[in-house]
Amino acid sequence: MRLLATTDSSLLERAPVLLRDALSGLLPPPARWTANALIEIVAILAVFGTLFAFLTLAERKILGRVQNRPGPNRTGWFGLLQPFADGIKMLTKEDIVPHAADPVLHYLAPVALIAFSLLTFSVIPYGRDLLAVRMDASVLFFFAAGSATELSVFMAGWSSHNKYSLFAAMRALAQLISYELPLLLSVVPVVLAAGTISTAGVVAAQSGWKWGLVPHWHVFTPWGAAGFAIFMVSALAESNRSPFDLPEAESELIAGHLTEYSGFKYALFFMAEYFGMCALSGMAVTLFLGGWQAPLPALEFVPSYAWFALKLLALIAGFMWVRATLPRLRIDQLTRLAWKFLVPLALINLGTAAFWSLTYPWGGSLQLLRWAVALALVMGPFLLLGRRLSAGLGARTYRYA
Amino acid sequence: MNTVLVILALATLGTAAVAMSLRNLLHSVLLLTATWAGVAAFYLWAGAEFVAFAQLLVYVGAISMAVLFAVLLTRHSRDDVAAPPAARSRGVYAAAAGAAVAGVLLAAVSLAPLATAPARAPAVSVRQLGGELMGAHAASLLAVAVLLTVALVGAVVLAAGGPPEKPGDTP
Repeated sequence: MRLLATTDSSLLERAPVLLRDALSGLLPPPARWTANALIEIVAILAVFGTLFAFLTLAERKILGRVQNRPGPNRTGWFGLLQPFADGIKMLTKEDIVPHAADPVLHYLAPVALIAFSLLTFSVIPYGRDLLAVRMDASVLFFFAAGSATELSVFMAGWSSHNKYSLFAAMRALAQLISYELPLLLSVVPVVLAAGTISTAGVVAAQSGWKWGLVPHWHVFTPWGAAGFAIFMVSALAESNRSPFDLPEAESELIAGHLTEYSGFKYALFFMAEYFGMCALSGMAVTLFLGGWQAPLPALEFVPSYAWFALKLLALIAGFMWVRATLPRLRIDQLTRLAWKFLVPLALINLGTAAFWSLTYPWGGSLQLLRWAVALALVMGPFLLLGRRLSAGLGARTYRYA
Repeated sequence: MNTVLVILALATLGTAAVAMSLRNLLHSVLLLTATWAGVAAFYLWAGAEFVAFAQLLVYVGAISMAVLFAVLLTRHSRDDVAAPPAARSRGVYAAAAGAAVAGVLLAAVSLAPLATAPARAPAVSVRQLGGELMGAHAASLLAVAVLLTVALVGAVVLAAGGPPEKPGDTP
């Protein structure tokens, strides 16, 4: 639990750490460690709490624009006060617990959900010096903490004593079992290539540029691009976002596990969904997009946390774009996509990554062969499995539309 | 330091005990998950970071889901989840079996030649752990990996099999 202030970086780069040290420096030395930890916790809560508030607005604005309507624009200039109006509404609404519900689990579900999604923020390196908890096995910790979130969705769905909620609980379980596998399998090649399972180590392994131009990010290798795609699709499913929002499908399950939740508990679920999206996007940035590294050597004067924020926001905008574009999958399509397509692709991708790291010393024209073989290993199975997945499924005819 | 261990042990054993005594199967499963999390916390206390997170990922994340799925798929209705009180004879048999297992374990532990001097816990990094697994224990690791991959590929083959779907039978 310490942040290392490097001396050769600019003042702006070191500003957050200097500010923290100045604050904790007011206390006697024995209390400083605790104070530093508390300041880091408060900083993460404040930054991601604010980000959550404005992401809800951004999501409504973007969805509105895509659907050719203005979105919220009445509260404050450009609708900027809308999150605060929503917050006040959520806090003042009545908290209803159904008579037949399991009161303990009904109460515990949102609390456990938000706690586990906040835990994942502790191991993401937000900048050169900004990492709350440094440990060896931080990638493993991230997925261990994240895997408990679906348990909370199940608790919420089951304890509500409502048939729609129970449906949502079953769907959430099926979804987790299906998509946890490709998510983890797509991360294994990164660990293989970086030779470490600490997030800071993975970012350090992606430093430097080829010919001073192309960054050494994992996404710019054949296996990295495939892994990034598999990771992002699984992340969509893991964070219950459209087109994988089956557990809370509004139009068929009237919001599923959220049906019997109101007021602040509902807000906690909503918050946890955005936190999960931010954490998984942050992990994707860390594992595949070079973390806080600048894309060009000439741009290194911009603080590292600004690069991280930029990449994170770009990925989140992608999430929102997907939500606005794609219709929801059926449960059979969902599991079929995971088991017949993503899991085999992720397994083959592991072999591609192994080939890539074994042929590391190849130079000259052999480098071209390396790229050709790796691209064939990525694209061939993708095309074959894709054909097989959609075989026999022609264009649908809509009788009543 | 030892107070932490006592608290962890009490939490782990307590949740396990309550899980056994509850009538509601779903509550028992969730408490069992808490027990597994307690074991992970114990590993963390003992300094085995990697094992702790693996325990959390596998047991709390995956096995608990499998158990919950099994419970939900085998019950007909919600009220079926609460199990009726079993016969007294079953309780007696269970107590006898438990006592026998506990006796064997206690005998094994008390007869085992344990080092008297407290050994210093070695600080093992994840990198060392990986090197050890890939070096001295590579064969056993490979065997486990092949077994798991075969199971995974088998699951995929099972899922991929069956007659192809006709375009008309989708709702």
